[in-house]
Amino acid sequence: MATWKRTRGFWVSVILAFAFFAVVEWLIASGTLNVFYVNTLFFMAINVMLAASLHLIIGITGQFSIGHAGFFAVGAYASAVMTMKLQLPFAVGVLTAGIAAMLAGLIIGVPSLRLKGDYLAIATLGFGEIVRIALLNIDYVGGASGMTVTHMTTWPWVFACLFVTILVIANFTNSTHGRACISIREDEIAADAMGINTTYYKVAAFAIGSFFAGIAGALYAHHFYIIQPSNFGFLKSFDILIFVVLGGLGSLSGAVVAAVLLTIVSTFLQNYPETRMIIYSIVLILVMLYRPTGLMGTKELSSLFKWRKAAQGGMNHGGKNTVA
Amino acid sequence: MELIQQLVNGISLGSIYALIALGYTMVYGIVRLINFAHGDVFMVGSFVGFYAVTMLGVGFFPALLLAMASCAVLGMIIERIAYKPLRNAARIAVLITAIGVSLLIEYVTIYLRGAQPEAYPSTLLPDRNLELFGVVISSQSLFILGTSLVLMVLLQFIVHRTKIGKAMRAVSHDAEAARLMGINVDNTISATFAIGSALAGAAGVIFGIYYTKIEPLMGILPGLKAFVAAVLGGIGIIPGAMVGGLLLGVIESLVSGLGYSLWRDGVAFVILILILIFRPAGLFGKNVREKV
Amino acid sequence: MAAKTPLLKAENVGIQFGGLKALSGVTMELYQGELVGLIGPNGAGKTTLFNLLTGVYVPTDGRIMLDGETLNGLPPYKITRKGISRTFQNIRLFGELSVLDNVKVAYHAHARHSMLSSILRLPSHFRGEKEMEEKAIEFLKIFQLDGVMHEKAKNLPYGQQRRLEIARALAAQPKVLLLDEPAAGMNPQETKELMKLIAFIRERFALTILLIEHDMSLVMGICERIYVLDHGQLIAEGTPEQVRSNPKVIEAYLGEEVS
Repeated sequence: MATWKRTRGFWVSVILAFAFFAVVEWLIASGTLNVFYVNTLFFMAINVMLAASLHLIIGITGQFSIGHAGFFAVGAYASAVMTMKLQLPFAVGVLTAGIAAMLAGLIIGVPSLRLKGDYLAIATLGFGEIVRIALLNIDYVGGASGMTVTHMTTWPWVFACLFVTILVIANFTNSTHGRACISIREDEIAADAMGINTTYYKVAAFAIGSFFAGIAGALYAHHFYIIQPSNFGFLKSFDILIFVVLGGLGSLSGAVVAAVLLTIVSTFLQNYPETRMIIYSIVLILVMLYRPTGLMGTKELSSLFKWRKAAQGGMNHGGKNTVA
Repeated sequence: MELIQQLVNGISLGSIYALIALGYTMVYGIVRLINFAHGDVFMVGSFVGFYAVTMLGVGFFPALLLAMASCAVLGMIIERIAYKPLRNAARIAVLITAIGVSLLIEYVTIYLRGAQPEAYPSTLLPDRNLELFGVVISSQSLFILGTSLVLMVLLQFIVHRTKIGKAMRAVSHDAEAARLMGINVDNTISATFAIGSALAGAAGVIFGIYYTKIEPLMGILPGLKAFVAAVLGGIGIIPGAMVGGLLLGVIESLVSGLGYSLWRDGVAFVILILILIFRPAGLFGKNVREKV
Repeated sequence: MAAKTPLLKAENVGIQFGGLKALSGVTMELYQGELVGLIGPNGAGKTTLFNLLTGVYVPTDGRIMLDGETLNGLPPYKITRKGISRTFQNIRLFGELSVLDNVKVAYHAHARHSMLSSILRLPSHFRGEKEMEEKAIEFLKIFQLDGVMHEKAKNLPYGQQRRLEIARALAAQPKVLLLDEPAAGMNPQETKELMKLIAFIRERFALTILLIEHDMSLVMGICERIYVLDHGQLIAEGTPEQVRSNPKVIEAYLGEEVS
């Protein structure tokens, strides 16, 4: 009974998620959603996955990684090689994408143990560039002209991957393992002194985060018919970074909401890419100047619904003055 | 001979990296900030030089000075608007702001003039090839090298022999103590941005002459590589940036010379990751511990 | 006393930073259940010694042993798991985490549910988290922090932050607890209560405590033995009375606060 109470919110979300899935599936099947909307929806889901996975690395663990497009690229290419070159089923491609990106995450995560802040940021950015330049130079995957990929990404796939991503990241965060990561973000020396294996959790965050970025890459590759190294440059990394920063460093729901909203914004501004980037950059600067915690800070959407329960416990969320 | 030829090319390229790297290093030394927008200041300098030559019809040196002056002003504006309010904020917030400023400069430039590239007029500097022991050196490379060297010497003079240079060194050592000693820290930081940006502007004009093609996103890669050069030499250390820049230029040219020219852009980042792992303080730096 | 083996032992420990000897030839023994003070003027190397004992720095000379096991070169988290836990002079709480979560983090090393069980929400996850929560609340109650357990740590008033740091260090379930100026910035009343609390937890958890303190009278009041550091070297050791009358100690403190 106690377990039910604690997990009630969880099951409600699951049921809502599946209801959403069924409705969209029906809308697609009946042709109510045209290609434009389906595209936007898929793109949104992919962006949400990227945002959630980077959130785990930056927002939760505090490791400032700005080469996330590198993992996305590894996933996209790994899956495309599986399905196109080796003629293996899509499922194998998706899984390979995750694993390949995870390995890349381990490769970049291990040196990250010795780097902090700005230096880590630059190293990860460098890693993203190395991936792009490597892809550009490997003839097997088409070099600069890229690879053509058959369309295999369907709504059930997108939904399943998105669902698993969010579930795993949320479950990880809301456990002692997630708290260990947050303690590293808050104060690495204190975390270490409290018995947290900081190395292990930093690498774990990189591995899990890059795994899901890789999965997102597989979905992307098999939706847009062609992948080229130029799809995975700095700008893609910055796009993902903006979701996380704008949503609030440390808030999963913030990152998800930001990814959804910004995907809509960029769909509207599709024909004016410069305007889009100008708006993005101004928003980024203004947010940092006036609200550096992002839209949500470290709060989650669910905490907005929890206030009643908290009040019963005699607590007042955000009520600093009640203690002092 | 081929090797020496590559070495000569490398030094020319490296002197451009060094000029940009100096700005990174000076700014980092004084406010501990990686000024991501620095590469874009370099781009703006290149365009100012280009328009000065094509529209005002001036020669190399006036164009160079104009580019340096405009970039100095741009650098100070960026610092005042975007970085100064965040001086005591979290490092991540400042870094994100710097990325924002970088994107803003790039896309405002595209918005204003379009994304198409421009070709630098080739008649700006006398172009004759000198043959020295079988190595072909263009008079342009000599000009480039000479200009860079003069600027670097000038910088050394400013930093070590002038009042503002002394203030810069004091602030970079301990901003709080410098303030107590009556140094105007804000003005000193502004001056640092101005000098660093002016050097980037000069590098922009030189780059334009050397590579002839310029475009609004041209600052990203040289900017990042110059940062690598700064880290290589030990960030915050002025001679380190010069050596790092030259070294990186030479390494890149050698890699191209060995027939891996497409991988050239990757080399800088491999160096970066290696140096960060094995000697994060750079060639000339000292390791600093975090106080517990 | 001499017949027993020490729980924590520093043997001729020293460290150099660059050419600078921050600490040299420090030999120290802590026996089970002792409450020992570590005093010395500013910059004497007290916190450096803590950093050596907890693995933040690796000693360049000498040996550190816990229960006969050498700790040199182990990373801090392993040393904590072996049984040495600490607080910091400049409070280092996890500011954005709640008071409760701060304590839970320290209990993490004793949690038995794996990452996979948490991701898949297996029963062991719920059992483990429940046990953690109960334990953490238990520690908070001792320090009278259970009333504010859902507050963010950074929003607590100063005195409570100091107490939370001790609660957190205790949740790591140490054998030896190192307290770095736990009463810094507290008023005399708060200090008195804190000292009572420290005496209480020593009994309750059978702890051995090493305490850095600036306020001499306070150390003299509760510590059984005192070590005195000056210029990176131990200059005196003994009961409060012995230390108080030691001419070297008086000299070291001359010009500083004399008790």
